[in-house]
Amino acid sequence: MIEARGLTKRYGSTLAVDGLDFTVRPGTVTGFLGPNGAGKSTTMRMVLGLDRPSSGTVTVDGVRYADLPAPMHAVGALLDARAVHPGRTARRHLTWLARSNRIPDRRVDEVLELVGLAAVAHRRAGVFSLGMSQRLGIAAALLGDPGVLLFDEPVNGLDPEGIHWIRSLVRGMAAEGRTVLVSSHLLPEMALTADHLLVLGRGRLIADTGVGDLVAAGTDAVLVRCGDAGFATRMRAVGAGVRQEADGSWLITGMTAAEVGGLAALHGVALAELTPRRATLEEAFLELTRDSVEYPVGGSVPERVDGAVGAGVAR
Amino acid sequence: MAATFGDSVRAEWAKLVGVRSTAWSLLAAVVLGVGFAVPFGLAGAQDFLGGTPEERAAFDPTAVGLRAHLFVQLAVAVLGVLVVTSEYATGTIRVSLAAVPRRPRLLAAKAVVVGGLALLAGGLVLLASFLVVQAVLDGAAPRAALDQPDVLRAVLGGGLYLALVALGAVAVGVLVRATAGAVTVMLCATLLVPAFTPILPRSLAVLVGTFWPTLAGNKIMTVVVDPRVLDPWTGLAVMAAWVVALMAAALVVLQRRDA
Repeated sequence: MIEARGLTKRYGSTLAVDGLDFTVRPGTVTGFLGPNGAGKSTTMRMVLGLDRPSSGTVTVDGVRYADLPAPMHAVGALLDARAVHPGRTARRHLTWLARSNRIPDRRVDEVLELVGLAAVAHRRAGVFSLGMSQRLGIAAALLGDPGVLLFDEPVNGLDPEGIHWIRSLVRGMAAEGRTVLVSSHLLPEMALTADHLLVLGRGRLIADTGVGDLVAAGTDAVLVRCGDAGFATRMRAVGAGVRQEADGSWLITGMTAAEVGGLAALHGVALAELTPRRATLEEAFLELTRDSVEYPVGGSVPERVDGAVGAGVAR
Repeated sequence: MAATFGDSVRAEWAKLVGVRSTAWSLLAAVVLGVGFAVPFGLAGAQDFLGGTPEERAAFDPTAVGLRAHLFVQLAVAVLGVLVVTSEYATGTIRVSLAAVPRRPRLLAAKAVVVGGLALLAGGLVLLASFLVVQAVLDGAAPRAALDQPDVLRAVLGGGLYLALVALGAVAVGVLVRATAGAVTVMLCATLLVPAFTPILPRSLAVLVGTFWPTLAGNKIMTVVVDPRVLDPWTGLAVMAAWVVALMAAALVVLQRRDA
């Protein structure tokens, strides 16, 4: 169990992490999702006591990380797979880690076997591919058989087989009752791996929700096509979110298709098209983080209309 | 099951023996320490033969025998610096601090391992150098033997001196983080400043010459004591005080810094 309360990190005038409150529970995979620069890694470093919070607290099993008597038995972390001395062999890297937390040497061979690196254990980490480095980093995280696992962008740069391997490993760890927090900026990956999502944007917690709930949460829209521009004003007047698309159609949120149709009938407006649109997880995520992307691509982020679905970057 | 300081020391030892740079540093210490013994011995003999009666009276075969510390200390300094800066260069500092979140413990473990290795290996190299120099001096100048008063103290003190250099290098490594910068600082501290002390204004030269850490500390390697400078143990204590101050600064910085 990881608990953050009012967790904040300020670098000079930049708020990297802004008052996070969340709980990561055992037995589930929690996805830590957000665009690059959202504060995911900073938060993970604060969990591990590497960065000092400007204010607020974060605890693991109710204890500050630095107060854990043998931290690797409680928490296993993979922050940066390349953080291995290139001149040290895989086994020697794991051996010093094991010694530091009084883990028996035979456990080193066990985890090497587990991640499939036993055959290259004597090779220097400097010659490892990124995929092998990721496996070594995961072996290090598993050394102490910890109840809490933190993986920062574990599938970055991996081939499909490696991605599949990590995905099943992560799911398996959660199934064993462990607390698993996996960060990623890739939503489809999270959709496949995670049960629960913590969505971060510009250091703030935007959503703390089940993966299914995110899609269901009011992100459905209605596509409306009609010649009467005044109808948009009428829909806004009843509280709907309205946004004009490039092709002249309107994207309505906050109203069902039936309600839009009823409103049109009430005002005698002829509709050329009325189409319910189910939001994809991708769109839901983009909507959530739209205002929190630090450097949006495409340059033409559309004018913001209250609650409108789908930003320019979505299509 | 709590991890202890001993576990951290064992981990640091495993780190140290797991990389080639350690072997290279030790090899450099042996080559520099023993290899330069012969020219230092020959030069010492010449100084004695061509010296005035006063110079002959001040001739210290023990100090000549340990002069190779000037070079051995460079290898030891590089070893001490690398133990810290290689962690920053490769990013393993985060792995280390996640494994050992008590930062004073991590720093102390590094200090014990590097200091101990410098004391033992450095001390042995200096002993070998001492013996070679005495063999070279034989017949040309007075020689020192380990059973003469204060000679063993000087030789073992040379090991302590090298251990303090290594600890200072660890502290500088923490403060500077970058290998090149930290090695440069150690080069200046151990060689450049002592070399340029004579050209300083007289009063400053006396001050630096007396209290600069390596210039105070190297008095432990003399047997013929010059009354104008610090006596051997006071000199080593002054050097130790510098190292304690550097370590304290390193600890404060390490505690405050985000890793």
